Amino acid sequence: MVYAQQTMEIQPRKKHILAALVENKPGVLNRVASLFRRRNFNVDSLTVGRTHRPHMSRMTIAVDATRGDANRIRQNLYKLINVIDVAVVSNEPHVSRDLALIKVRSDDADSRNQLTELCERYPARIVDIGPKVAIVEITAQEDIVESLIAALEPIGILEMVRTGVVAMGRGIRILDSDYEPVMPGAANGNAVSIV
Amino acid sequence: MATKPILSGAEIILECLLLEGVDLVFGYPGGTILPTYDALSKYPQLHHVLVRHEQGACHMADGYARATGKVGVAIATSGPGATNLVTGIATAMLDSTPLVCITGQVPRGVIGSDAFQEIDVTGITLPITKHNYLVTDVSELAYTIKEAFFIARTGRPGPVLIDVPKDVQNQKIEFEYPEGEIRLPGYRPPTLAPADDVAAAVELINKAQRPIILAGHGVMMSGAVAELRELAERAGIPVALTLLGTGALPEEHPLVLGMMGMHGTAASNHAIQQADVLIALGMRFDDRVTGNIKTYSPDSKKIHIDIDPSEINKNIRVDIGIAGDLRTVLTQILPGVQPTQHGAWLNQIRDWQEDSDERDIIKRDTGNTLFGAQVINDLWKFTEGAAVTVTDVGQHQMLSAQYYPHQRPATMITSGGLGTMGFGLPGAIGAKLGKPEEEVWSISGDGGFQMTLCELATAVQENAAVKIAIINNGFLGMVRQWQELFHGRRYNETVMFSPDFCKLAEAYGIPARRVTSRAEIEEAVTWARSIEGPTLLEFVVEKEEMVYPMVPAGADLHAMIRRPKPDEEEAK
Repeated sequence: MVYAQQTMEIQPRKKHILAALVENKPGVLNRVASLFRRRNFNVDSLTVGRTHRPHMSRMTIAVDATRGDANRIRQNLYKLINVIDVAVVSNEPHVSRDLALIKVRSDDADSRNQLTELCERYPARIVDIGPKVAIVEITAQEDIVESLIAALEPIGILEMVRTGVVAMGRGIRILDSDYEPVMPGAANGNAVSIV
Repeated sequence: MATKPILSGAEIILECLLLEGVDLVFGYPGGTILPTYDALSKYPQLHHVLVRHEQGACHMADGYARATGKVGVAIATSGPGATNLVTGIATAMLDSTPLVCITGQVPRGVIGSDAFQEIDVTGITLPITKHNYLVTDVSELAYTIKEAFFIARTGRPGPVLIDVPKDVQNQKIEFEYPEGEIRLPGYRPPTLAPADDVAAAVELINKAQRPIILAGHGVMMSGAVAELRELAERAGIPVALTLLGTGALPEEHPLVLGMMGMHGTAASNHAIQQADVLIALGMRFDDRVTGNIKTYSPDSKKIHIDIDPSEINKNIRVDIGIAGDLRTVLTQILPGVQPTQHGAWLNQIRDWQEDSDERDIIKRDTGNTLFGAQVINDLWKFTEGAAVTVTDVGQHQMLSAQYYPHQRPATMITSGGLGTMGFGLPGAIGAKLGKPEEEVWSISGDGGFQMTLCELATAVQENAAVKIAIINNGFLGMVRQWQELFHGRRYNETVMFSPDFCKLAEAYGIPARRVTSRAEIEEAVTWARSIEGPTLLEFVVEKEEMVYPMVPAGADLHAMIRRPKPDEEEAK
């Protein structure tokens, strides 16, 4: 008996951005990180911060994955009890931002002129400058940040730090925040750091 | 208003267990859990089973949970007590067994200081629990326990661990059991299927020419046994079972083809490969079930119904994926399903079954050589097919699935997903204590039995009347089988010395007999059943027995290695 090979549709890998609303409880970041490790998903960046509600935090997770994998990640994240809601933000119209602080050489007139010029062309500014180095700050979509970094490279980058992508869907669609904590002690407004 | 009682954390733990309907717990005391053990004497309604190793506590709670459908409870101390639970917790996680494990922890003030018997058990068990907790204040304790039981038994069930520092067990507070339902913002197991998915599934089922149902553990977990039978009988669809799906329909039912997968029946595997519609119910397309996923059931439209959305399209891409409660979804689907017969398809399946019958070792005269398959099949015969069998992992496990046809749900208890050797004996003790009215057989190999044989003492202490069958072939049989097939018969480290199991049993005060020929089986089984407490039978069997059919790991599901027919064997 001869059986046909199943034709598996090959999906391209690309960048996907997931947003997860999580309970602000100890160990939640650990649960999310552990999930990515054990399911063999690759994280490009993961950011986490408080929201306007003290009992909830929001994570933005950028992954390099197929569309199917991104969906699997969403379902696996949702399986975590402390994850209140999760969406693949990049499947819909969205706004995304990455912030970078880039320390560059500024010890001659040429480098200083180039920095000033670049800060006019990009949504960037010089936030610190001294006789030897300057710090450039940029907040923009990730590809624009990448482009500035490439432009700064010839001047001489000494140090760099990035927040990773944060993102939000456009329009009225929001992650489900219709939740109040029920556990005694958790609602006292003193948000516990989840990190 | 009545005044609320002031209770210690330890008392709250036990009080909450009672309020959750627990009457039996399995555990082992130690330093940091001592306050809870001290409080035990105030709760005589709660029976504590003292195990000999914490792994046994978890497996017993697991066997108990699978036999009764209730949540199993295991208790251990911090450090080594907690780490000893790990294999048992992982076993429960992979097979979706509802467990609540309670561990002691060092006092809050010294957490993080590498105190004596301190270990980060919530960190260790994070990937092998459905959820876990470190309780940092006694005010959270009652709610946490209630939440833990809720999470363990709802949705896709699983183990939940609660780590309670010793000083939290000693803290006192006004006890109030949280009223009402648990509300968890991020936990909403799916129930109903969308109407268009139901309609699409119904259409596929009604149009099918060569349909097959794959029935898994979820059928029994969601209580969809009657709905499964209705679907299969009305639409005339044959049913293949996963290992943990055993008992979802009686194996004597004419539509049941037996187990699928690596050691499944040829009829099941061929039917899956040639089906035009595949209806997967409460199962997860494990690699032991699919073989090579690239050639898996290539011509079929696939419907997959499972409570866990992350299982849909995980291993096998399906056409209709429904995340929902199986029983609810089948209730939605059934009204649209038309009575049908698939005569030609079933005839084709009969041909496969007849071919398998010709190859079956059971019908052969093997002279003085006793085969494990014969032992299991005779055990079935002489227990009237009515026992609960709890197995270990390996050849005897597959033989139990093949040669002990189970008729009822929850009668085949085995570690499927994790494949935990050593599960059998403690699992059987837990099952027997949960279902004292059932006849429970622990079936193990000589290897697995030696991993947890210390629990013989527990069986005696609790007078748990498990009937223990050891299928002794002097090898780690399944590993040896792989060595024979794939490693040039180099039997490295699979030959195994064992003690005299009968004398060992007698040392524990357990009556025992050794069986070396088929003629002795009936008498021995009858003898074992006539004794009230635990008994042990050792069956000395053929050393190089093979389990057939076998799909080599990663091979195409239809590429089964078969037992040669008698005339083929002579020709060799």
